[in-house]
Amino acid sequence: MIVIACAIAFVAISAAILLCLYRVLVGPDMPTRILALDTLTINAIGLVVLAGIYWGTEIYFEVALLFAMVGFLTTVAYCKYILRGNVME
Amino acid sequence: MTDFGDIAVAGLICLGAFFLFVGSLGLAKLPDLMRRLHGPTKATTLGIGAVLIASMLYFLLNGDTFSIQELLITTFLFLTAPVTALMVAKAHLLLDKSERKNLSPTGRKVDWSVFDAPPPEQSQGSPSKDS
Repeated sequence: MIVIACAIAFVAISAAILLCLYRVLVGPDMPTRILALDTLTINAIGLVVLAGIYWGTEIYFEVALLFAMVGFLTTVAYCKYILRGNVME
Repeated sequence: MTDFGDIAVAGLICLGAFFLFVGSLGLAKLPDLMRRLHGPTKATTLGIGAVLIASMLYFLLNGDTFSIQELLITTFLFLTAPVTALMVAKAHLLLDKSERKNLSPTGRKVDWSVFDAPPPEQSQGSPSKDS
């Protein structure tokens, strides 16, 4: 049953990633693209955790944690660059 | 592994995948950025939360090891999601000139902090000259 649920979730998250990529490519302005990249990171975390359940290994949690940290940092850095014209002041 | 745990893990995985998909669908479908901000917050809290609870439950029932990393990821995402939404909204306010006149007045001499410098009376130095 878990295998079937994982298959459904893989398909759903892949569709979500495609929708985010559409918004990254089409998005009319820059904050929309930043938001789409952030959502892409969230979906990637979901995919990594789901792969950990599917293959039954626990080594993917560090990957998910690193994705969470680096995704947050890049989003804040992009927004900081738009707001202040500089990342580190 | 019990049947009940199996069903619970599968249901939580499906719930998380549903909310992740709904969040990205809202991001792709809603018309402007202030409305698009609503979708990914649901994906961050409910979607990732359900998937991480499913993972925690699965490894608790299968390997008899309670791993703390899922709690770390959940805590980190719950802490950083409002900060991300605030930064994106501030960048949108700065770039979109038409949003500026929709804002309510601040009631002070200075404008909102997105557009204006911080008020001089809050700095620690001597009182400013241009009052």
